[in-house]
Amino acid sequence: MHMDRDEIAGRLAASGYIADGELATAISLMQLLRRPLLLEGEAGVGKTEVAKALASVHATELIRLQCYEGLDQSAALYEWNYQRQLLAIQAHRGENADAIEDQIFSEKYLLERPLLAAIRRDQPPVLLIDEIDRADDEFEAFLLELLSDFQVSIPELGTISAKSIPHVVLTSNGTRELSDALRRRCLYHYVDYPDVDREARIIMARITGAGASLSLQIARMVGNIRKEELRKVPGVAETLDWAAALVGLDIRDLHDDPEAVHETLMCLLKTHEDKSRVTREVTERLLGKVA
Amino acid sequence: MSCCGTPFTFDESDEVSRLVSGKLAAFLRTLRDNAFAVGLHEGQDAAALMAAGYAERPGLLRSAFKHLFSARKSDWEKFDGLFDAFWLGRRVRSRSMTMGSAKVANSPSLKNLHNNKPERTGESAMDQIASGDDAPEDRAGEGRMEGASRADNISEVDFRKIADPAQIEEAHAAASRLAKTMRTRLTRRDLARRHGYRLDLRRTIHSNISHGGVPIDLKKRQRKEKPLRLVMLLDASGSMSMYTGVFLRFIHGVLDEFREAEAFLFHTRLAHVSDAMKEKDAARALDRLSMMAQGVGGGTRIGECLQTFNRWHAARVIHSRTCVMIVSDGYETGDAELLGREMAALGRRCRRIVWLNPMMAWEGYAPEAAGIKAALPHVDLYAPANTLKSLTALEPYLAKL
Repeated sequence: MHMDRDEIAGRLAASGYIADGELATAISLMQLLRRPLLLEGEAGVGKTEVAKALASVHATELIRLQCYEGLDQSAALYEWNYQRQLLAIQAHRGENADAIEDQIFSEKYLLERPLLAAIRRDQPPVLLIDEIDRADDEFEAFLLELLSDFQVSIPELGTISAKSIPHVVLTSNGTRELSDALRRRCLYHYVDYPDVDREARIIMARITGAGASLSLQIARMVGNIRKEELRKVPGVAETLDWAAALVGLDIRDLHDDPEAVHETLMCLLKTHEDKSRVTREVTERLLGKVA
Repeated sequence: MSCCGTPFTFDESDEVSRLVSGKLAAFLRTLRDNAFAVGLHEGQDAAALMAAGYAERPGLLRSAFKHLFSARKSDWEKFDGLFDAFWLGRRVRSRSMTMGSAKVANSPSLKNLHNNKPERTGESAMDQIASGDDAPEDRAGEGRMEGASRADNISEVDFRKIADPAQIEEAHAAASRLAKTMRTRLTRRDLARRHGYRLDLRRTIHSNISHGGVPIDLKKRQRKEKPLRLVMLLDASGSMSMYTGVFLRFIHGVLDEFREAEAFLFHTRLAHVSDAMKEKDAARALDRLSMMAQGVGGGTRIGECLQTFNRWHAARVIHSRTCVMIVSDGYETGDAELLGREMAALGRRCRRIVWLNPMMAWEGYAPEAAGIKAALPHVDLYAPANTLKSLTALEPYLAKL
């Protein structure tokens, strides 16, 4: 089932994800070349959302693996159900040890974790490996192997091959440099902060009650704030929070209530330093630039 | 483009597709020259893409190739320019162009091409040594093979320290000793915790089936100890020129030995040089280095460089067991207050900050400069580093971290 670029762009839009032009190309390439897609970008630019949108484009399940330091096979791939195994051993006490072993290391006692689940579905799911840079090097190497063979060997059970090849999306925040091998295996897409127009459309799509003019004002304001010298530049998620807050306070136009605008900036500015840098005067200056 | 040296292997295909695949091969070579990691596999995929109809729409093809060939943000950003230059004949930003040609000139497999375009190679060499402060990086390669050809351009700069081969050797030895001390220390820690602190249920159950499932023989596991990471920030400004060479060699040694090390150069700007320094071929490494050190001159803006570091690199290169080593004389020409602020921010992030000041051992030196005064409160260890001996003296300190 290969979709061309325009069809994908259409479906992305229908699912509520406002993509930049190149993302649709990336997704159609994923299908054509059967390669995973590596998304990089600042925190909060909507990398994870891409995977969700992709799942809805293909009308399939999204399986998510959140990486963290110390993530190992038992949390990512599979784990035995120890409680049931212990019970089974007690219940079969006195029987032949080999027979018990065969029994408790069977599929019945196997717990699927995201990676195993992703290759055992009949319909190819979307596998989102989130923040791969937080996992250790060893896990990255293991993942590389899985992504090339799509089969897993479980010592007690044997080799399990993929029933279907999942659509794999990896995201990285750049807290660690990824290996060249992993980078080479993947298609690469850099997710940037959206431009004003796209951000306004995102706000309109996501926040009910945000009118066209307010959305545009918010997007411009956020664009201006991003240009300031900040420790933590606000992402799209923060923009949406702020838009929701403004809509909730029933503000139709940013110029109506500069006071409220300044006070709700806490949705965007997340460090003390940034907060104290964007003073009332700065807010007013930035507001002045917003038509 | 000048690098169409790839042999055609498509004898049976017709003339047109031969031309196209030849051109594609040349494009791949161009990408490789511009530090893209492009393998055979990518080439095949690119051919498949062109066959799938992308070739008819150049805009789409560019976007498709961009996803396929890029592997990091820097690739992503320079790809469009390269593509346009190659396929559409537009001028690419001169910087990428220079980078490509400089490397072609040094790549042994392309020696024959080298002769065909001497004027361009000459140009790029001029670019790199335009300012005198570039010299330390170039000069540091003098002990190695091809870098020597640049030596006469910078002959007026005095570099006694690095010219002595025995001392170069010693710098390398000091670095590898440092690495070894660390390795033994880590092993000792592992032994102390041999019994682990977390039950490994899977292996416990497996080995206790014969006891009727009663866990008598417990299997445990332990977390792997994170190795100490060393992040080096080297001041390459004019006032440090006497020492830059030695420290570059030292950094090269450290990057060789440590799996966990990162290096940055700074003067008025900050440059990430780990990748360049890891380059096996010394001449290529120094070529890349001098490219990054472009725009040297004037003073040192340590504060601004640290700000850049904190904002763009710190999250990636600093983890909970990181020691940041700043090598600088602390003569700040920028805003000393900013330096203090950024040092505080850096101190919050990493485990230790070591400031090595080669001037410290000079007679009558006192940390009077505004920069060093602002920075010192946030520094954990302030040590001299004018001799190899003083470098070696750092070992015990790092080993304790």
